[in-house]
Amino acid sequence: MTQRGYYGPFGGRYVPETLMAALEELERAYEVLRRDEIFQGELAFLLERFGGRPTPLYFAERLTEHLGGARVYLKREDLNHTGAHKINNALGQALVARRLGKRRVIAETGAGQHGVATATAAARFGLECTVFMGEEDMRRQAVNVDRMRLLGAEVVPVTSGTGTLKDATNEAIRHWVATVEETHYIIGSVVGPHPYPMMVRDFQRVIGDETRRQILADEGRLPDLLVACVGGGSNAMGLFYPFLDDPVALVGVEAAGRGLDTGSHAATLGAGRVGVLHGSRSYLLQDGDGQVVEAYSLSAGLDYPGVGPEHSFLKESGRAEYVSVTDTEAVEAFLLLCRLEGIIPALESSHALAEAMKRVPSLDGKTLLVVGLSGRGDKDMNSIEAYLKKGESAS
Amino acid sequence: MSRLSSAFEGHKALVTYVTAGDPDLAVTADCVACLDASGADIIELGVPFSDPQADGPIIQRAGQRALRKGATLKKVLTLAGDLKGGIRAPLVLMGYYNPILSYGEERFAHDAAEVGVSGVIVPDLPFDEGGRLYGALERQGVDAVLMATPNAVPDRLAAVGSRSRGFLYCVSLLGVTGTGKSLYEGLEAYMARVRKATSLPLALGFGIDGPEKARLCASFADGVVVGSALVRLAEAFRDDAPRLLEETGRLVRSLRAVLDEVQTTGFQRPSA
Repeated sequence: MTQRGYYGPFGGRYVPETLMAALEELERAYEVLRRDEIFQGELAFLLERFGGRPTPLYFAERLTEHLGGARVYLKREDLNHTGAHKINNALGQALVARRLGKRRVIAETGAGQHGVATATAAARFGLECTVFMGEEDMRRQAVNVDRMRLLGAEVVPVTSGTGTLKDATNEAIRHWVATVEETHYIIGSVVGPHPYPMMVRDFQRVIGDETRRQILADEGRLPDLLVACVGGGSNAMGLFYPFLDDPVALVGVEAAGRGLDTGSHAATLGAGRVGVLHGSRSYLLQDGDGQVVEAYSLSAGLDYPGVGPEHSFLKESGRAEYVSVTDTEAVEAFLLLCRLEGIIPALESSHALAEAMKRVPSLDGKTLLVVGLSGRGDKDMNSIEAYLKKGESAS
Repeated sequence: MSRLSSAFEGHKALVTYVTAGDPDLAVTADCVACLDASGADIIELGVPFSDPQADGPIIQRAGQRALRKGATLKKVLTLAGDLKGGIRAPLVLMGYYNPILSYGEERFAHDAAEVGVSGVIVPDLPFDEGGRLYGALERQGVDAVLMATPNAVPDRLAAVGSRSRGFLYCVSLLGVTGTGKSLYEGLEAYMARVRKATSLPLALGFGIDGPEKARLCASFADGVVVGSALVRLAEAFRDDAPRLLEETGRLVRSLRAVLDEVQTTGFQRPSA
């Protein structure tokens, strides 16, 4: 990364002037904390004893047998406390908030996973917590709304714009502008103005760091291929980052929704063009006039019209490959994993699984493939049921 | 010399904002003429955007209505060109960065100059990131107006003060537009800090919803910006254009009257 939070031409800090002071303060504080052994030790201890790390790297024996090709490993982020990789970042940023002397945190959430993780971290540290969530998403993910409230968070319904994740993010930014002196904004993915994409990636790289150690222990060598789903892109960035300088292929999987040609999708890198949203320059789903268009995916955690700037850089530099997978393919992968491995994956993670399943049969038996299983699928029961009943998403 | 700076000379300037295309572009044209005739010194035309981060619900809804009616940056530029000959007040385009980036920064600067726009305000483009656009505007003779905020450290105030053109837009509170939040407590001290940082005229905006706050703010600044209060009228009377123009004229004249009562010698251009 070059100066001022750029990854090649992507990144930066495109925010209202009111936030500049807070971002500079955060950047300075974080630069110290990333090198602070006491802080890092505190976070590692918390991730282990509270978060449940390390998560297993699991050899999916029956899936490997069924597909007949590469050996498939699953990085089990679904086994984290609160059920997804989001807790890694929420705990890290809650510690940062405490060091900044902020008594209050806010977050945006789409599927509710990041909201639940933030509410959890806030409860653990006695911080006040407000989560912004689109009204439509609150309906789709009612159980997560209840979880957040149980954890003591206030959940604010967002009705502006289209009432989904992008609008919840706008609302969180607006709220932050007004409360910036006492509030830290815990952004949930590797998006937003600098230093967020870097900081969130740093907090998620534990996924890749563990994977490296675990696969070396099991197989005695590095994997050939990593596959992870990409909405904003935090679990993919966390898995990929420690392998950027190694001969390991990286594949990011976006949501093709009902198909790229239908316009109902969330394939920002696959079908968007470069723009600026939520504080950084990156690929963006937008119309010809530069208005941001709504993303769609059956998976509420992937339907975001932006993407982290470092992913845009990895795409442009050719270091990573980005593909997309439809709702139907993701649901098929979801069902297969349930039956073959006794693991109910999140719909988000099912996109990565679907891509892996396409590739595995044509790879030889010595190839090592790791799928980022970013979360568990309990939250998706209603979506899956409705989809199977109608052959289409009910939402 | 800058047309925008000149608008502050001799009196407290009244800067007004309307969202272009709400309720439609034809009514916006009539509204701008009304603002001009009723005593506005500078008229900001808001370019609608799907994700306006610095705006409260009133301007958000106006932008949504304008987008539904088909307003685009290109059409707003055309509107500005059409208005140019008929009004006295200089026009400022206020819009978010992505539509400008999509339009092309050089092309935008060129076209803005060509249709006679005097200034541009991009609330989500701080100068640190705006070199390309702000440089292009400078070359075209269009003022890039920057914003100052109450929480800015002295270095930051000095930087925005020296880089802004035309005037400096001083945000009166920590928050978004039109929320009715009370003004920043240390407003007077804040404006004194900004005054030290720049020789540009200072316009105070955000949350100035009527004559009473305008009077207070004008005592610290060279001018005030009124936006959401006008946009609220466009919402209330979106189906009744004659009434909208009548109410708009009434509000602007009342603002003009209180600003003219504030004792001032007007903004004094510092001698070079």
